[in-house]
Amino acid sequence: MAAYIVRRLVWVIVVLLAVTMITFAIFYLLPTGDPAVRFAGKSPTPQVLEEVRRQFGLDKPWYAQYWHFLSDLTTGDKYGWPGLGFSFDTRIPVREELLERAPRTLSLAFGAAIVWLTLGVTIGIVSALRRGTLLDRAAMGFALFGVSAPVFWLGLMALWLFAETGGGPDWLHFLPGTGYVPFSESPSEWFTHLIMPWVVLALLYAAFYARMTRGNLLETMGEDYIRTARAKGLTERRVVFKHGLRASLTPIVTMFGMDIALLVGGAVITETVFNIQGLGAWAVRATFNQDLPAVVAVVVVSAFAVAIMNLLVDIVYAWLDPRVRYQ
Amino acid sequence: MPDGEVLLDVSGLSVRFPTSDGVVNAVDDLSFQVRRGETFGIVGESGSGKSVTNLALLGLLNRRAANIEGTALFKGRDLLTMPPGELRRIRGKEIAMIFQDPFACLHPMYRVGDQLVEAIRAHERVPRRQAAERAIEVLAAVGIPKPRERFRDYPHQYSGGMRQRAMIAMALLLNPDVLIADEPTTALDVTVQAQILELIDRVKKEFDIAVVLITHDLGVVAEVAQTVMVMYAGRAMEQGPRQQVFGKPLHPYTWGLLESIPHVDQKVSRLVPIEGAPPSLIFVPPGCPFHPRCPHRFGPCDQKRPEFRDRGGGHAEACHLSADEKRTLWAERQERFTRAAV
Ligand SMILES: Nc1ncnc2c1ncn2[C@@H]1O[C@H](COP(=O)(O)OP(=O)(O)O)[C@@H](O)[C@H]1O
Ligand SMILES: [Mg+2]
Repeated sequence: MAAYIVRRLVWVIVVLLAVTMITFAIFYLLPTGDPAVRFAGKSPTPQVLEEVRRQFGLDKPWYAQYWHFLSDLTTGDKYGWPGLGFSFDTRIPVREELLERAPRTLSLAFGAAIVWLTLGVTIGIVSALRRGTLLDRAAMGFALFGVSAPVFWLGLMALWLFAETGGGPDWLHFLPGTGYVPFSESPSEWFTHLIMPWVVLALLYAAFYARMTRGNLLETMGEDYIRTARAKGLTERRVVFKHGLRASLTPIVTMFGMDIALLVGGAVITETVFNIQGLGAWAVRATFNQDLPAVVAVVVVSAFAVAIMNLLVDIVYAWLDPRVRYQ
Repeated sequence: MPDGEVLLDVSGLSVRFPTSDGVVNAVDDLSFQVRRGETFGIVGESGSGKSVTNLALLGLLNRRAANIEGTALFKGRDLLTMPPGELRRIRGKEIAMIFQDPFACLHPMYRVGDQLVEAIRAHERVPRRQAAERAIEVLAAVGIPKPRERFRDYPHQYSGGMRQRAMIAMALLLNPDVLIADEPTTALDVTVQAQILELIDRVKKEFDIAVVLITHDLGVVAEVAQTVMVMYAGRAMEQGPRQQVFGKPLHPYTWGLLESIPHVDQKVSRLVPIEGAPPSLIFVPPGCPFHPRCPHRFGPCDQKRPEFRDRGGGHAEACHLSADEKRTLWAERQERFTRAAV
């Protein structure tokens, strides 16, 4: 197992190298304007442009810049470790901005993950056990709604209904509006500000997880080993919650890890609707503004998140399913 | 004729599944008794209701999907009407069941030993360690080598035969009175089949229990059962002591079955399959369900349902032909059969 993990970690590094190199190449090979012009402000003189290019190393070929980027990343630059350079756009060190924004996205992603996992799995179990009843149909109706409702619409509806600033009935306005408050500043404000984004983001996933849990559990309950569990005289509760769930939830673990990882760079809509200023919103802005250092930073963080979660999922999966472990 | 106490007394058992295509008459008015010390063989083509019969007895059919009638007395208590909680305490403890596919019957994610321990602790309050010791003992008793190490293995580390042994061990943990084995050897290699049958026979004697052995293989029944019940389309066609059913079979369906298997004593290689296919259980033919495939059918066969009746010595069957006619017909068929083979 240890050798396996080491091999996987090496692989993570290879993937990161490839992803960042591709980002660099795309950025310089696609003729979409000159970042130096953007940085230098209105009608710069050729001398100023020259100076900007020299300072940022933009006068060098892309692979030389890439090499520079790599050495900064691994050994740090004048703003600290890991060295991520200086933003062409916001004109602050990228590292600083990353450290400011990452906790926001991570709070959003992990909080939402907890919500959708509990909600989705619970609904899935209940509707599998009450299959065909009104409750089951209601739950699956909710799931259909969750899957098909656009996140931005849900977000705006939630704000209208529940936010202090919303236009809905006053007695429902018990949550603060948009924005983010760091945990270190006020845990309770952090929490109340995140409730709506968590739920809105989680709804889509909860719907998927509910359907998947229901389907898996129904399938598992038809397995021969479930009949064996009943035949040996176990209580129905134990049959379902020990023998049934164990087998049904294993594939869900895999999906869960990847879903969280993908959210790290990708909760753009939720971040935008609730004005959270996390990594997703940053990535979009940096791309539009050709802010290469910022784009690369988000790419590195997202790719790292995916690779690490992948590794974690594999480890957890091997732990959950002995057939994998003993191969 | 076995003379142990009657453990299982089933009478008038019917199981129907209402489905969108119509009502499936999976089991129709079945009656039989199983005694301590005997192996009761239930034989019939696939789809004849053997599994459903036994799942119904143990309450393992979905009660919402299945319509069950009749009585099934186990030591005087009716399994079919007792509360689910009471039936659960009988399952695994007093009546144990093993199934066809040992590859699918053990939970792939739990250690074999843990699954055995769980079976003990579902019924008895014993410390884990003690339960584990007992499980290891029984694993040894059913012929698992190095049981102490194998106890910690997962099912996929066992071979098919070993898994079926483990299932048998699981069934024996709590000293049940009845072991129901549903096609226990069908999924196994031929050599392993014989070992498992031998094992079942041995534990029947050692533990002094009754075994209900379900199979589609007449050869298996011929080897180990003392009493045989032949099922067709959810009904009993013929039932009696093994020597009677195999030596002087009375029902044309049984004749067909006997001619379609390699014979034990004769070196006959030509086999005659029964013509036609078993009927749909939604539209069971009226009268005798076998009549469309029966070469000896006559007047009443498609009109009147033949009565399932004891023809002497506990040998019962359901056919309209008279005893004399059957004797001559069977003699003729046997002669034709052997002549064709020579
Ligand atoms: N839950 C069910 N719903 C409808 N039909 C069923 C159900 N379970 C079994 N059957 C039908 O009952 C008949 C008898 O099945 P079974 O007892 O499994 O036969 P076998 O003799 O091969 O063990 C089959 O035709 C099967 O399709
Ligand atoms: Mg069967």
